[in-house]
Amino acid sequence: MQIKDLFNKNKEEFKSGSKGNEETLRPEIDDKIWAKCNGCNRALYEKMLMNNLKVCPLCSYHFRLTPQERVDFTFDVGTFTAFDYDDIGTSNPLDFPGYMEKLEASRKSCGSQDAVLCGVGEIGGYKTAACIMNSFFMMGSMGYYVGEAITRTVEYATKNGLPIVIFTTSGGARMQEGIVSLMQMAKISGALEKHSQKGLLYITVITNPTTGGVTASFASLGDIIIAEKGALIGFAGKRVIEQTIKQKLPKDFQTAEFACEHGFVDLISERKDLKENIRKILMLHKTEGTK
Amino acid sequence: MSKSAWEKIKIARMMNRPTAQYYINKLFTDFIELHGDRNFADDAAVIGGIAMYKGTPVTVIGEEKGTDVKDKAQRNFGSPHPEGYRKSLRLMKQAEKFGRPIINFVDTQGAYCGMGAEERGMGEAIARNLEEMMALRVPIISVFIGEGGSGGALALAVADRIAMLENSVYSILSPEGFAAILWKDAQKAEQAADVMKITADELLKLDIIEEIIPEPEEGAQADAEAVAAAIDDFISRSLDILSQVPAGKLPEYRYKRFRRL
Ligand SMILES: [Zn+2]
Repeated sequence: MQIKDLFNKNKEEFKSGSKGNEETLRPEIDDKIWAKCNGCNRALYEKMLMNNLKVCPLCSYHFRLTPQERVDFTFDVGTFTAFDYDDIGTSNPLDFPGYMEKLEASRKSCGSQDAVLCGVGEIGGYKTAACIMNSFFMMGSMGYYVGEAITRTVEYATKNGLPIVIFTTSGGARMQEGIVSLMQMAKISGALEKHSQKGLLYITVITNPTTGGVTASFASLGDIIIAEKGALIGFAGKRVIEQTIKQKLPKDFQTAEFACEHGFVDLISERKDLKENIRKILMLHKTEGTK
Repeated sequence: MSKSAWEKIKIARMMNRPTAQYYINKLFTDFIELHGDRNFADDAAVIGGIAMYKGTPVTVIGEEKGTDVKDKAQRNFGSPHPEGYRKSLRLMKQAEKFGRPIINFVDTQGAYCGMGAEERGMGEAIARNLEEMMALRVPIISVFIGEGGSGGALALAVADRIAMLENSVYSILSPEGFAAILWKDAQKAEQAADVMKITADELLKLDIIEEIIPEPEEGAQADAEAVAAAIDDFISRSLDILSQVPAGKLPEYRYKRFRRL
């Protein structure tokens, strides 16, 4: 497997990767630039926000992260190496009109091939494979690239006796790839089953939002499932449910807290505690590959 | 063979199209239906049990849309709740314990989208089926007899061999939903059906399924017995083919089948 430091290569693109971001963050970090909080609607200095792991200091709303920011906030400095999966290429099984253009635009604005960043790194000194989904890339939807990249990373972890941490955020299957997207759910679940058979640890970190086919596959399969505070977690979309049952849903429906209350999440973590929570879990499952 | 995808969907959704119950009664003897997920409830949208197939005990599971109006309502029109999938998994694990092949009939618009379904973890229920089915050490055969809606269909279709009836469909989402999401216009469902590649012949070309089972021109209801006989032939040949896979190698065989997709 070819590994290269995607990091340095894409630093510039990653910085500007927030274009099209609903939270309207600007490319440079500057005292004068502010972002509006989706939680409390107040204006925040971007620098203050960045210093606080992109969590609103006023209402503790957790802003969505780019994969690069997730790496910066979670992995030990300089330990993360991204896998080069450029050879996976593009799948357009439906020849869906406009899909390639849309994909190109997302690639440009996010500076990545598709909606997931995979690699290997250390968290608190413990080595782990990792997949980090990107909700800024076509809503983190899962098509062939995402499915294949995650599958390969799980297989890498299985082969090397490593745990794997998957940070999920996704609107679900990538509609433009039709049935091929659906098949990714089975493929990844199969790869995780083989990883599990070897007695290896899989930690799911569910981040905002995680829905559809990702919830109905690997997001629900972690040995330990952590949900980031306030994350939306669900199978069906809220609007679809409201149309089906012809009534309004309660406000806390499909939140991390709702999922935890109903028994589908092991723990809810604030972003500031996330790294330490993962470190502890890795430490308690230490294998030869881990260190 | 010249029907459009939309014409096929209309046939797949016909009120009088034969459902899983019909084929189970026709193809197996000594069927005993087993109920419940041992956890919450029995979901009538999924039927399952044990039966005899040409001298071999098998486990049979089907998504069941129901026959008359009352039966359809009782079965939630074939849209399972999480407990339906959990029941299916319980029965499939039981099949593994007793070395029985598993035969699944897929026929659902999709997993149910309601409050209870979310509260009881629809995502987890489907995910668990996908992961555990991949590891089962007995043959799994799935036959699509009507609609195959997304994860709700896949949860019974992590199989070694899959066939679709000629007019059945298998899709990531209903054409109505697809049109609503991508074109913001559910009225364009017919157009969506055309581009989505949801028909048996398109899915055969994409290597998603192994075989197409022919139907009469008007649809399966026109000669249900002939369709049942063709399904019988597929199941029987599939069991033969899968009996060649060395003992214990089925999970590997199944994983490879999906790994290439
Ligand atoms: Zn705030």
